[in-house]
Amino acid sequence: MTATKTPQSILSIDNLGITYPGGIEALRTTSINFQRGEFNVLLGLSGAGKSSLLRALNHLVKPTSGKVISAEFGVLDNQRTLRRHRRKTAMVFQHHQLILRHSALQNVLMGRLGYHSFLRSLMPMPKIDLELALHCLDRVGLADKAMTRVDQLSGGQQQRVGIARALAQQPTIILADEPVASLDPATSEKVLSQLKHICSEDGITAVVSLHQLEYAKRFADRIIGLANAKVVFDAAPQQLDEKQLALIYHQPAEKNKPAKDSQPKSSSERLPTKTATQLEIA
Amino acid sequence: MNTHVLEQSDVLKRYSQRWKKQTLQVVVLLAIILLAAWYVNVLNFELLANGLPAIGTLASESFPPDFTNLRDWLSPLLDTLAMSIAGTAIAVMFSVPMAFLAARNTSPHGVVFQLARVVLNALRSVPELIMGIIFVAAVGFGALPGVLALALHSIGMVGKFFAEAIEHVDEAPVEAARAAGASPMQVLYHAILPQVMPQFADVAIYRWEYNFRASTVMGMVGAGGIGFELMGSLRIMQYQEVFAILLVILLMVTLVDALSGVLRKKFK
Repeated sequence: MTATKTPQSILSIDNLGITYPGGIEALRTTSINFQRGEFNVLLGLSGAGKSSLLRALNHLVKPTSGKVISAEFGVLDNQRTLRRHRRKTAMVFQHHQLILRHSALQNVLMGRLGYHSFLRSLMPMPKIDLELALHCLDRVGLADKAMTRVDQLSGGQQQRVGIARALAQQPTIILADEPVASLDPATSEKVLSQLKHICSEDGITAVVSLHQLEYAKRFADRIIGLANAKVVFDAAPQQLDEKQLALIYHQPAEKNKPAKDSQPKSSSERLPTKTATQLEIA
Repeated sequence: MNTHVLEQSDVLKRYSQRWKKQTLQVVVLLAIILLAAWYVNVLNFELLANGLPAIGTLASESFPPDFTNLRDWLSPLLDTLAMSIAGTAIAVMFSVPMAFLAARNTSPHGVVFQLARVVLNALRSVPELIMGIIFVAAVGFGALPGVLALALHSIGMVGKFFAEAIEHVDEAPVEAARAAGASPMQVLYHAILPQVMPQFADVAIYRWEYNFRASTVMGMVGAGGIGFELMGSLRIMQYQEVFAILLVILLMVTLVDALSGVLRKKFK
């Protein structure tokens, strides 16, 4: 990124707070501005509030207070705006979240759903979408796996199909929730550099949650450090010193916190599960 | 919880309590089974012994099977096959929307969910034979009442199994579809349906197999098919012919079973 470019907001949160049923505070009132084209990393331990913040950015998690404002579409306060925002805000997940028995191509085409009406989406996708999907698979180096069922791909390949699905949305923003937490170090590097490369090539703004400091320092333009549901650091990676790190990684002892070893490992396990009650489809 | 340390004696005590509890459960279960068996005269050996000669006579009268009218059975057999296919298809058509209403995770409202469940239970609890009698009274003899009865009764079971498949769907791709800006209907069709397709196919094919067997009986209440012939032979006590028809049905059921096995493998 060139330093001379004037920053231009693309997405912001205004006094956003998230409290889950049962009174668990996932994010204390926070305001952040995300600049166009920046690679932002949310850094923090499991349970610090990274996932909740990230998922609030496209209202997969409904904030309990405050608002999310898209520079292009405005405040996300109605279904129409939300759907437009989601169409342009692609998401990459920790556990890829693909349909395992579908081919890579079919999964990538899911990224095009937002561009079509329900009735149109009952028919085969238009040729232009198919070509775009193949192009996206090609960019992540999986053009030859287009017709392969996703459950026959390796973990790294599955994650790259997830990235291709995100690219198929032709997004202006990519949200990535611990995209490399389930991958080995070599694969993690490859996936992250690919993501970074594509984002800078296309001028996509990225908000990526990570718990590994090393990756955050290498890839981020801006690091937002979270601890105990609030932002404790927000600056360029060069400004991250020992004292700041202690804030992010050394959780001050809290009386009401459960013991660290009793915390679930992955962030998606930690989120309140909806399967038992209502599967949100809107 | 993890800080709580159990005393060893406490563990042993709980262990022996659990053993006693499980033994008691088995004893109670056995008692219930014996009571039920006694109640329906299964334990009345005198009655059983008296019945044996009669069964022997019937068996000897059915032998050898008489296939002279085989040609006349072909058309009713085809009726039975068509009834089972059409009945199952209609059932599946109505079961899919019912299942989305009757699945806890996709139902639009708690009341709708409860209502859908009640409808499915009601359809399941009226035997297809009774439905057959009602439909014969309504639309007359023939294959049509049979098809309607099979279809309606099947919705009760197929819809319930479909709903259960939907409830066990992986939430992750559903969330991904929502995040991509898919509308609720698109989420149902593109993120949930592909995941439950193998189970849906499995249930539908199994139900077809079941409906074929059930439709042989439907003939008995005048709802067409091979069961109609079977009933005719039984009435005039042509046991050799009855035996022959039963053998033909067995052959068909075996064929349908083999075919459904092959089909189900394809849908994995």
